[in-house]
Amino acid sequence: MSTTLSEAIDQRQQSWLSGLLGSQTFWVFIAVIVAALGLSFVTDSFATTKNLYNITRNVTFVAIIALGMTMVIITGGIDLSVGSVLCLCSMVLAVVMHAGYSIEVGIAASVATALIVGAINGVLIAYVGLPPFVVTLGMLSIARSLAMVASGNTVVFEFGPDHDKLLALGGGAWLFHIANPVIYMVVLALMTGFVLRNTKFGRYLFAIGGNERAATMTGVPVRMIKVVVYMISALSAGIAGIVETGWLGAVTTNIGTGMELQVIAAAVIGGANLAGGGGTALGAIIGAMLIEVIRNSLGLLGINAFWQGAFIGGAILFAVLFDRLANYRRSN
Amino acid sequence: MSVLELKHITKNFGAIEAVKDVSFVLEPGEVIGLMGDNGAGKSTLVKMIAGNFRPSSGSMTMDGKEIVLHRPVEARQHGIEIVHQDLALCDNLTAAANVFLGRELMRGVGPIQVLDYKSMYRRAAEIFTELKSETRPRDLVKRMSGGQRQAVAIARTRLSNARIVLMDEPTAAISVRQVAEVLNLIRRLRDQGITVVLISHRMPDLFAVADRVIVMRRGTKVADRKIADSSPEEVTGLITGAIETV
Repeated sequence: MSTTLSEAIDQRQQSWLSGLLGSQTFWVFIAVIVAALGLSFVTDSFATTKNLYNITRNVTFVAIIALGMTMVIITGGIDLSVGSVLCLCSMVLAVVMHAGYSIEVGIAASVATALIVGAINGVLIAYVGLPPFVVTLGMLSIARSLAMVASGNTVVFEFGPDHDKLLALGGGAWLFHIANPVIYMVVLALMTGFVLRNTKFGRYLFAIGGNERAATMTGVPVRMIKVVVYMISALSAGIAGIVETGWLGAVTTNIGTGMELQVIAAAVIGGANLAGGGGTALGAIIGAMLIEVIRNSLGLLGINAFWQGAFIGGAILFAVLFDRLANYRRSN
Repeated sequence: MSVLELKHITKNFGAIEAVKDVSFVLEPGEVIGLMGDNGAGKSTLVKMIAGNFRPSSGSMTMDGKEIVLHRPVEARQHGIEIVHQDLALCDNLTAAANVFLGRELMRGVGPIQVLDYKSMYRRAAEIFTELKSETRPRDLVKRMSGGQRQAVAIARTRLSNARIVLMDEPTAAISVRQVAEVLNLIRRLRDQGITVVLISHRMPDLFAVADRVIVMRRGTKVADRKIADSSPEEVTGLITGAIETV
């Protein structure tokens, strides 16, 4: 054989440049940049400090959950319950703190709620064998209903003795004037990227999404990993809920309604493959950015807000179409 | 010294006797063709060796000691690996990731352990070189030919230092050129002293690579012959029942 061992080891199927040009994340990122540049020329209000601050902060709630959603989608699953779980976790935090407990107790209760909800989803999907779509659709309804029960369907805006701490947690800017939610998003994205790339758990997520039977036969603990991934998804919704509560300073039982669509859209636009086996943390963040830029620009350009759904839906279809075209070109 | 010996193995599924009183011996570094028509019992037999089924009666001995396999994992612990017909590969992962799936190499300190990409690429490249396959560790399986996929599946068995490799129809759905590649892979395994049990319907492949052929018909072993002493015509006759028994 003419190639040496080290040549074989280093041999890649494509150069980094063709890899970059073939990556959906890259093109979505370009779209975000182009849209942002275009908007700064067309409107006076886009490139203002205040608007950019708003955008970056708004991105984070969708982006944080999109990180968890991307992991679920990589295994070939889906989690429709995230919007309601966000609401339930916000409400648990609000009610516990309103009752006079400290912020630590409130966050612990909220995180525990998220993990329990995620575990129920995961067990029903992995061990009972129900389809993820059905299980999480059921949980979508249950979680929001529980949030209403917990709060008596009222607005909570007084968070007991640690009220100010909670508002600082979500609304403050502790590092270099960067909004706290943005920092949480970056940290969580780095963690997700690390887990996906460098741990057995991450490798197994891709293996399950690629060929679940093969993963089972080679000894991957498929069921356990599925339970954990739905717990992570619910946890990401819980974290977003805690941060959003602190930022808004009030919780209603409407919070997070319809958010699952935006989150799934962010993940899919960022390159997560709904058939399983593909997705990245960076993609989830950039997908969330594109959605927020679309949303923001519609407002700034004076387009009726009713059009928002049409544009976001169009972006999802375009992303899936792009993926199909890229695969089609590769197979020829 | 035999690697594995089957003595009077029988398997019943309810009233159906899928395998009846089969005995044979596997020697190290030997390629055995296992032939028979559909329903002759070859799959059931292989699944018992691979630990998927337990025999209804009879025994298996390895190195003179009796072994009882409850699960595929236990067969693997004894050095028995199976390469499934559909290969059980993840298309979205690289060759190296597939080879190491479920037994990834890790590095790090204490509880912080991360995937050791470098070592896995290196070890996978070594195995592919050893198998004289052109498969490269970083290649995605979804862009591979059938022959290369076989190489990945076979490389898995090399990782664990298997002593017996069971292959289910490895040449069934691939091109002629790739068949030659797979047959070469089988020869490489044999050269390293591994026993290969090859289930195949393809007579030319079997005669190209096997040392011995075992023919099953309706659950019983009707022939156990050296390839040199047999012919495709005779084996065909044995499979169909035109030749009763040897």
